[in-house]
Amino acid sequence: MATPAPLELIAVTKRYRATLAVDAIDLRIPAGTYCCLLGPSGCGKTSTLRMIAGHEIASEGDILLGAANITTLPPAARGTAMMFQSYALFPHLSVRDNVAFALKMRGIDKATRHRRAGELLELVAMSAYADRLPAQLSGGQQQRVALARALITEPQILLLDEPLSALDPFLRVRMRAELKRLQRELGISFIHVTHGQEEAMALADLVVLMNAGRIEQQGSPREMFNRPRTAFAARFMGGHNVLRRADQQIAVRTDHIRIAPTHALRARVTELEYQGTWLQANLALPDGETLIATLTEQQFDAAPFGAGDEVGIAWDDDAAHPLV
Amino acid sequence: MKLASNTTARLQALPLALVLAVFFLLPLAMVIMVSVWDYNEYEMIPAWSGRGYSDSFEGCLAQLPELCTILRTYAETVKLCALVWLLTLLIGFTVAYFLAFHIKSRTLQIALSLLCTIPFWTSNVIRMIAWIPMLGRNGVVNQALQALHITKAPVEWLLFSEFSVVLALVHLFSLFMMVPIFNSMMRIDRALIEAAYDAGASGFQTLRDIIIPLCKPGIVIGSIFVITIVMGDFITVGVMGGQQIASAGKIIEVRVNALQFPAAAANAVILLGVTMMIIVGLSRLVDIRKEL
Repeated sequence: MATPAPLELIAVTKRYRATLAVDAIDLRIPAGTYCCLLGPSGCGKTSTLRMIAGHEIASEGDILLGAANITTLPPAARGTAMMFQSYALFPHLSVRDNVAFALKMRGIDKATRHRRAGELLELVAMSAYADRLPAQLSGGQQQRVALARALITEPQILLLDEPLSALDPFLRVRMRAELKRLQRELGISFIHVTHGQEEAMALADLVVLMNAGRIEQQGSPREMFNRPRTAFAARFMGGHNVLRRADQQIAVRTDHIRIAPTHALRARVTELEYQGTWLQANLALPDGETLIATLTEQQFDAAPFGAGDEVGIAWDDDAAHPLV
Repeated sequence: MKLASNTTARLQALPLALVLAVFFLLPLAMVIMVSVWDYNEYEMIPAWSGRGYSDSFEGCLAQLPELCTILRTYAETVKLCALVWLLTLLIGFTVAYFLAFHIKSRTLQIALSLLCTIPFWTSNVIRMIAWIPMLGRNGVVNQALQALHITKAPVEWLLFSEFSVVLALVHLFSLFMMVPIFNSMMRIDRALIEAAYDAGASGFQTLRDIIIPLCKPGIVIGSIFVITIVMGDFITVGVMGGQQIASAGKIIEVRVNALQFPAAAANAVILLGVTMMIIVGLSRLVDIRKEL
């Protein structure tokens, strides 16, 4: 397919009247990267995606794809394609015509565009449904069609706006794996907007965590999880306790908290939950701070305790990350 | 359970079905029945006869290729109807498009839609009389044209002409076209338009390939309103045409006034048939477009 190119955002800003949706962000996404824009609702991730897609024009800053400045180009001239949250399939067109739509708009003859549409339907394993209307497909099938439709223009970057949010949890995990496979096979960049950190960690080569219009932190999923830079990042990525120690905050992974009667720091167990792979203990320190510890069944069985008990807790010095 | 709910549904539909049966199907059946009765100069005779139809088409075969009166009248009515339909479609679609896609505020949309109902705030008679000071020999338009030295003498075709008939009908029925189309447009998911733009569609291509096909139900409903009303109209055509323009509805009126009820009924059935053919043809046309 198309030659992959890196994408670069330089001081990109988006203002809607008085509100600042995206605040001068800089971001470089190397070619062939699966990038997840992650963050809570209203953090600017969707605005960022829409600016890359060309459905919003950046108020300030530049967007470069390869050597081209695409900041103000219309969507179809950018080499990007977008897959919409609700898929936005054309209800009056067959699956084949939906996929071939962009080629029809370019004036490509019917035989050629139907052949290309057939190839893409094959790619997403939907060949058998080419003559159906979107309303006759399930959510997962509609999504595959939407993917094929977006890919027919051979984009260098595919933009996905919360693509999995409309699916049930079981299907979500399956489509997730399929997106990843597709991205690997095509070798192009995918930029995927999500508010689920689990989804981002499972898929991304590069996680970009956004908060209040700025990039809070970016890195590989492992970097993001193991070295959160801020309290927000630690909380959003999950699995961390944010604690105040002396004059600064630290983050400690819940599975790095050790519990034993002998440890000096005393805590009361307020809740104990069995979660299969893990046991989760909610703990309260004497000064009122709360934290969570997760233990394996083995660790728990070695020194069992119950809700209401007083226990000692500790963590290694290198398990505590100072936060800014 | 299923059976019970089915019965309930039928019972709920019963009152309307009864009203339709008594006030629509029964009279229609009677019209069709009377249309095949015999008649003389002063009464109708309840005996089978094709006279109502044969009188209407009297001499039509002999006159060919010249069109006889009834065929000429129908041709005239269909032409008028087509003109009104085309204009109401253009105006209705444009106004609906503007309201649906360019007006973002819901309140303003409702306010502007209500403005479109202004032609209906006065009675038909007053509305038609009101055209006279507007379009007459010494009306506002003619005075303005002369004052601006665009014409020397008053323009005659402004009133009591085909022009004024079409103007009055379009003025009145554009709303009937606009409302169903607007309704269809409001149901279009805005993401579809964005998706079309993303796929490189120009404004015109989006209109042709996305918006118009998705407005099809509204266009067909609006067309049925306009065509059925205009095909049968004789009051507006009569008043605005200065009683000079023949129409299918006018034929029926003349027959009724002459107390030739079977002939009037026969013409009503012919009109019904022609109107239904136009509508069926129209919906076919739209369906074929979809196949392309």
